[in-house]
Amino acid sequence: MAQQQTEHAAAVPDDGNGTGAGGSGRRRSARRKKNRTTGDVVRKVVQVFGELLLTAGLVLLLFVAYELWWTNVEADAKQSQAIQGFAKDFAGPVTPPAPTTASAPDYGKPVVAPAPAHGGMIGIMYIPRFGADYSRPIMEGTGSDILDTLGLGHYPSTSMPGAPGNFAVAGHRQTHGAVLDNIHLLVPGDKIYVQTQDGYYTYVFRNNEIVLPSRTDVLLPVPTQPGATPTESYLTMTSCNPRFGAQERIIAYSLLESWQPASAGPPQEIAKQVAKTQGKG
Amino acid sequence: MYGWIFKHLPGPLWVRILTSAALVACALVLMVQFLFPWMSHFTTFTDSTIGSAKQP
Repeated sequence: MAQQQTEHAAAVPDDGNGTGAGGSGRRRSARRKKNRTTGDVVRKVVQVFGELLLTAGLVLLLFVAYELWWTNVEADAKQSQAIQGFAKDFAGPVTPPAPTTASAPDYGKPVVAPAPAHGGMIGIMYIPRFGADYSRPIMEGTGSDILDTLGLGHYPSTSMPGAPGNFAVAGHRQTHGAVLDNIHLLVPGDKIYVQTQDGYYTYVFRNNEIVLPSRTDVLLPVPTQPGATPTESYLTMTSCNPRFGAQERIIAYSLLESWQPASAGPPQEIAKQVAKTQGKG
Repeated sequence: MYGWIFKHLPGPLWVRILTSAALVACALVLMVQFLFPWMSHFTTFTDSTIGSAKQP
């Protein structure tokens, strides 16, 4: 009896959970052999299962951190790389034209560049409403390969900046750079600047609209008006709505107000940030 | 499971601690590189395009 109890006590540390029951010791010792095998197997299985569950919970938490934080870090790095590449090719002064007392100089019709191949860079978008230092690259294409790291993606089926018609871009509202996070803060009259290798296109924000994801007519040459012939240049930005959801899309419409060639220098309002993106600030 | 792995790692205690830290780091890198981008496709708040998300 005494010997059995000693053996049982010695077995306790081995069972791994340290809660070896004292009261049932006698019964368990009597059927020691059988209990040790089945009990140990069950205990091990439960323990491994529990550890796997804990691991899964930890992995999910890490995924949340990845999604909400790391994707932004990754996208920001890729985007500043793209902007640096753009700046290398950009020829033009970074000082704005001297203000004239006369009416604004007329630079003629805006230059319309041909659309680049998928993944090619169209230019940089500046939206002072989103912050004085807001500058994000605009790439060709709206696949996740573009939108997930490179910022704003141009719908290939729509026109290029400056052309009569609709220059439509998509961008993430949340995660992956969150380039259009503040799209709902735009106020009618806000300027949106698009810088390409040819020059600067100044758009004025007009209104926004919340639609269902199936509403492809917002991308038409004259947004939401099938068959209409465009006489003006639109800029349409699409992003998800609500924030952290995708049941709807938020659409922001802007109209081209003016254009100036790269040789004329950037518009006054974004001159500082242009100089910064060109590495001359 | 983790206890079993730790017990079966070779070397003295500090080597085993270093090895397990390296294993955890490896798991993290693999998750960020492959697992999370794949999981990301199942979240909804990355659909920002109009029309079918895949075909804008």
